[in-house]
Amino acid sequence: MSFFPYLVAAWLFIIGLYGIVTSRNFVHLVICLAVLQSSTYVLLLSIGYRVGGVAPVFVGVKVGTPAVDPVVQALMLTDIVVEATVVALLLALALQLQKHANTLDPDKLKALEG
Amino acid sequence: MKRRARLGFFLLSAAAFAGVYLWGLKGLPPVGHYRGPYGDVLNRVATYERHVTDVVTAVNFDYRGFDTLGEEFILFMSVIGGTVLLRRQREEEKSERRDESLADQSPERQAPEPSDATRVLTLALVGPLVVFGLYIVAHGQLTPGGGFQGGVVLATAPLLVYLAGNLKKFKQITSHTLMEVAEAVGAAGYLAIGFAGLIVGGSYLRNVAALGTTGMINSGGTIAFINLATGLEVAAGFVLLLYAFLEQTLEIRLRGGK
Repeated sequence: MSFFPYLVAAWLFIIGLYGIVTSRNFVHLVICLAVLQSSTYVLLLSIGYRVGGVAPVFVGVKVGTPAVDPVVQALMLTDIVVEATVVALLLALALQLQKHANTLDPDKLKALEG
Repeated sequence: MKRRARLGFFLLSAAAFAGVYLWGLKGLPPVGHYRGPYGDVLNRVATYERHVTDVVTAVNFDYRGFDTLGEEFILFMSVIGGTVLLRRQREEEKSERRDESLADQSPERQAPEPSDATRVLTLALVGPLVVFGLYIVAHGQLTPGGGFQGGVVLATAPLLVYLAGNLKKFKQITSHTLMEVAEAVGAAGYLAIGFAGLIVGGSYLRNVAALGTTGMINSGGTIAFINLATGLEVAAGFVLLLYAFLEQTLEIRLRGGK
């Protein structure tokens, strides 16, 4: 158990990257990127976790109670919201691609056109 | 062959990554045995130094405030980029150069009217949802929440209006210039609060407002104000994206089509 979350993070990273490398559709590729990115959430939260630690919200908690790391949680929190908008931006790009190249398959794209 | 070569290269890289990762794991403490020190230091001092009870918010909008400013501008630029990319589409549509591939593939299929139950439930939920979103934004310094989370909750309110089938109202709410202004004001507000710290306290984003009483809504000094600015920006940004993506369908349906 003690290293399991780290392995989950590695698995998410590799499976996300596999999806990106073998993708045949840009929408699928964007979702794979989101999967890949979620590996960082698992990794960082696992690093900050402490057995028996409370959440770093000190309402009705005795002084000296061990708590988990608030720094990694703060990193995650902003990143989740930012990721959602970045995914929206990438999907907008995919939409434009469909309009201009009439395909979403990365392999069918030819050289850059003005 | 090209695909196979790519897959081979991936497998090689993945194996190398797995090796380096496992090697790196040896230097990490097992899960659940956090060694600190930053988290522990912050957990100990944040409540005394900043009069907040949610340390995560204190880290986000005070101790790490400058990084969050950067992240917020990633969000800002993504929203701008998304809306600009999707806006070109509208001009093309006006010039009658509409791409056939984007047209509705089954024009004979009617979009079903939302049922009365959907209508009543969604419209009844809009009010409580807005109040809840504002509550989350305003109480970030006390309990889990803040501008990012509350902003997203607020942005789902127009979506409920859309679900209720009230397309005109949805367009009125979301396509407003006010949304663009709100997004800009939210982003600029964060910057401005930072400058207030620079002018009054001598360093950028320094917490210069009155810290208030721990546990009360007016605690935390500038943290609460930055949360409000962030909430405004996130909510407006998500609503802008929402409209940008739904715009085309919306125009067709408002014209009385499918």
